[in-house]
Amino acid sequence: MATTRILEWLGRLYIWLLLAFLYLPIIIMALMSFNVSPFYQLPFEWTTEWYAWLRQNDQLISATWNSVKIAMITTIICTALGTAASLALYRYEFRGKKFLQALLFPPIAIPWLITGTAMLIFFFGVGIGRGLFAILLGHVALALPYVIVVVSARLQTFAPELEEAARSLGANQWQVTRRVTLPWIMPGVIAGGLFAFAVSFDQFVVSYFLSTPGQTTLPVEIYAAIRKGFTPEINAVSTIIIVVSMALMLLTARFFKFGGEK
Amino acid sequence: MAGVQVSNLSRSFGAHKALDDVSIDFADGGFYALLGPSGSGKTTLLRQIAGFDFPDSGRIAIGGESVERVPVEKRRIGMVFQNYALFPNMSVADNVAFGLSVRGEAKATIASEVQRALDLVQLGQLGGRRPHQLSGGQRQRVALARAIVTKPRVLLLDEPLGALDKALRIDMQIELKRIQREIGITTIFVTHDQEEALTMSDRIGILRGGRLVQEGPPEDIYDRPKSEFAATFLGDANILRGETTGTGIRLADGTAIAAKAGASFAAGTKASCAVRPERIRIAADSGSPDHLNGNVLKGQVSKRIFAGNNSTYFVDRDGQTIKVIVQNTGMEKLAEGQEVVLRWSPESTVLIAGN
Repeated sequence: MATTRILEWLGRLYIWLLLAFLYLPIIIMALMSFNVSPFYQLPFEWTTEWYAWLRQNDQLISATWNSVKIAMITTIICTALGTAASLALYRYEFRGKKFLQALLFPPIAIPWLITGTAMLIFFFGVGIGRGLFAILLGHVALALPYVIVVVSARLQTFAPELEEAARSLGANQWQVTRRVTLPWIMPGVIAGGLFAFAVSFDQFVVSYFLSTPGQTTLPVEIYAAIRKGFTPEINAVSTIIIVVSMALMLLTARFFKFGGEK
Repeated sequence: MAGVQVSNLSRSFGAHKALDDVSIDFADGGFYALLGPSGSGKTTLLRQIAGFDFPDSGRIAIGGESVERVPVEKRRIGMVFQNYALFPNMSVADNVAFGLSVRGEAKATIASEVQRALDLVQLGQLGGRRPHQLSGGQRQRVALARAIVTKPRVLLLDEPLGALDKALRIDMQIELKRIQREIGITTIFVTHDQEEALTMSDRIGILRGGRLVQEGPPEDIYDRPKSEFAATFLGDANILRGETTGTGIRLADGTAIAAKAGASFAAGTKASCAVRPERIRIAADSGSPDHLNGNVLKGQVSKRIFAGNNSTYFVDRDGQTIKVIVQNTGMEKLAEGQEVVLRWSPESTVLIAGN
């Protein structure tokens, strides 16, 4: 009896330590964005001064919008292309299909530093150069394999007779896809889209290689700001992003039950 | 409604001949069973008629119109799948409505047609349910309603009762037959269950290794099988092998067996006789000479299996076991090991080509 109690207690302690390890730095950062002292000095004194400063930091704001825009466009492109590619790989047999599928995985494993260097050289070679468009292209290339992998995994649980049943009832290819296949794989498509958003929005290495002083993303801008000297505005912008992204995740989880759907 | 003609249909997958020159005429409004073991080509044939796959050669006509190159969505067929294949993201009513809705029918028409189809399968109240909230038998009915609501020219059923338990199967067999009669649709039914084929269909086609072995009304095939395979696959049969005498065969030990059914063969060639176990009478061997003009064999009971309303005797003679099924009248019980006489008439004996 006593040992089970102790084990149970240790288990709880472990969970709390894990949560603390994950969230404590974030909570401290969020708190410090409301502290008067820019040097993390206590006692804590409430202020929204840093948020006011942030409103005047045009460079940081424009980098944030760049990041949001690029992440959203990346998500849309990758979800559409990735879902279409997954469906094609699921439905059709063609020469070199296995080879093509195998080629999808290495980009996930190759270090971003190497991919970034390769992209920089390539984009210069073909005349695209650096800038927001180059960053967008890079992000799409990075995120696409994730979407295909996630959507394909969901397609493995799809019963092919459902498409046959729909066709036997007179539905053409588009009607079959839209009304039978897509509703089934939607949780996978949403998850793939979230992956794509995260890959793009968090992306530092590749963006760093491809950005120019005026055309940059938030992670790159934060890195540049920290190098010049840390300011609590970084805490402020980070706090806003954390709140927004957590709200997005919770909303998605609320509307799409991952895995649990019958 | 329309009949279906399949002529000289062949289809290979690599070196495997799934269908080998199959021709069948499916009559308008008939209920036809395609029967065969797994790998016999029966499902391949059904999928060819449906249009999921195209033949290498041969012709398929629905209502006189050649359709062998027409894709499934344009063939106007209705199909019920083995595992029902109901759309999990739609309600029962939306499942049934699907075929009408992709055709672009008016909402009011769809609603009334769906209700009629659900009433026909006696599920009128369950339109709002989801497929996963239904029992196996109910899902089966939804699948059927969905397949017939579009008024297809042919109804194709791929082992539709395979997933149900026995009591429900028999209910559904009766139900399916009732619905089929009511709407009078040409129905082609794939099964590996001979009992199902016998009780439900007007005609049966037996397939083996991609070829049509025999085709005809259930009684005809049962009473006059043309091969050992047809005799043993559709029902139970004792096969006696020997040489033809013109009117029957002579067994290896010289016993003559007379046959009045089946083909005739030139004397001296190898041939077999098929006898159904329930056509044979069994009695204790009294030793008295036989005075009947039928076929007579003597043997010894090696095993008796009691099954309530009937008993099965396994009788050994000359290295062969003969199966006899006797109605349980309570009159006579033969013990294992007992010497017995088996008698049956030449009319119950079918002469078939030897293997």
